[in-house]
Amino acid sequence: MAEKGTDKVKRGMAEMQKGGVIMDVVNAEQAKIAEEAGATAVMALERVPSDIRKAGGVARMADPTIVEQVLNAVSIPVMAKARIGHIVEARVLEAMKVDYIDESEVLTPADDVYHIDKKTFTVPFVCGCRDLGEAARRIGEGAAMLRTKGEPGTGNIVEAVRHMRLVNSQVRKVVGMSPDELMVFAKELGAPYEILLQIKEAGRLPVVNFAAGGVATPADAALMMELGADGVFVGSGIFKSENPAKFAKAIVEATTYYKDYERIAELSKGLGEPMKGIDMGTLNPSERMQDRGL
Amino acid sequence: MTTKIGVLAVQGAVSEHVKALKASGAEAYVVKNVQDLEGLDGLVLPGGESTTMRRLLDKYGLFDAIKTFSADKPVFGTCAGLILMAKKIEGRQGPHLGLLDIDVKRNAFGRQVDSFEADLAIKHVADHYDGVFIRAPYIKSVGDGVEVLSTYEDNVVACRQGRFLTCAFHPELTDDLRMHRYFVRMVEETV
Repeated sequence: MAEKGTDKVKRGMAEMQKGGVIMDVVNAEQAKIAEEAGATAVMALERVPSDIRKAGGVARMADPTIVEQVLNAVSIPVMAKARIGHIVEARVLEAMKVDYIDESEVLTPADDVYHIDKKTFTVPFVCGCRDLGEAARRIGEGAAMLRTKGEPGTGNIVEAVRHMRLVNSQVRKVVGMSPDELMVFAKELGAPYEILLQIKEAGRLPVVNFAAGGVATPADAALMMELGADGVFVGSGIFKSENPAKFAKAIVEATTYYKDYERIAELSKGLGEPMKGIDMGTLNPSERMQDRGL
Repeated sequence: MTTKIGVLAVQGAVSEHVKALKASGAEAYVVKNVQDLEGLDGLVLPGGESTTMRRLLDKYGLFDAIKTFSADKPVFGTCAGLILMAKKIEGRQGPHLGLLDIDVKRNAFGRQVDSFEADLAIKHVADHYDGVFIRAPYIKSVGDGVEVLSTYEDNVVACRQGRFLTCAFHPELTDDLRMHRYFVRMVEETV
């Protein structure tokens, strides 16, 4: 008979997002703009990451009212963020029938040691990673989709590039390793050996890996695709730009046609100001979201 | 002879279809632009988000090109591809490509938490088949000349009308090649 919440169904849902753009939205109106622009999913949250930075304090799961309004506004999948380790926020989002949960370092962690045991949920999870150790640990906990952490809310692509390159180079390394080398590498990474073995045998990660954390322009999205991302999350980039609807469409097209540079030039014309952006050197260690939940 | 089959690659589960088609004895190509359709014998419309795909199809002329292509070539749509092929979609004004005389309901089984795997019998294809349904549509009714290939709980989930094949589930997410082999044979018969 029918079986729900299987790995195939959870990971498969993320496969269907490939080549697409998932956009952060804070209300139903933005969700509709995102859907109209061709987003493959929206991420419902209380504030976009750059506003979370500005507001300070504790960032939590969005008000269920917002989540509900977004769920009712669009027919594309709706994702929502729960705090790292916050089992109950995740259960609440699951009960609301959100399509995917992002256990996210953008919110203030609820648990500074443990992540959620994601295998016990029917709803699938996406988690951030900076290297293969984090990626493999999250897969081991049951994440069905990965994304780079990047540095959210900065409009600066440098950290997402670093994380994507590192994960992919470590995957290539694993594929070329002998079993005895693999065990030591697992120890160095703090990664579950069985997950690394799966990666070695398949020649790739067992789940899709999107880019996130700093995508601010169509060219940024295309760059991440060039570096091997399966798709792109855009947080503050769209609704902090001058013309969100136009910007959103341009990012969607640049993600599909990431090797078509003439087209990217064309669609990048007259987009207006992108979000301002932050240089990494000016961030205090305490302001670095990527260092949360390792 | 080996047939050449394209996979629409504006968004969605493209690489899985390419892999399955190659393993089923066809040459597989990704289709991102109008000129990529040249010389192809058949086309797969993959799973993904139908609203996203439609927007990208409209933008650069692929929509009309696929309609022209489908006038005499076989097309196979899975999940979102099924929605693109349907003549009638519940709650939507007008069809997308409108190739198949079927009336479909989007996200018919519910949201992602209701996504499931189920054992299916598929006529001409398999007595047992692992159907992977992800926010899947189903077919509410079919017109004359449409052959129902599979049902799940009384809802049609796979059918064929002449050179058009479609299913609500995702054969590309399994290692089972029988659906792809069936389509490859359909393409071979028209070449």
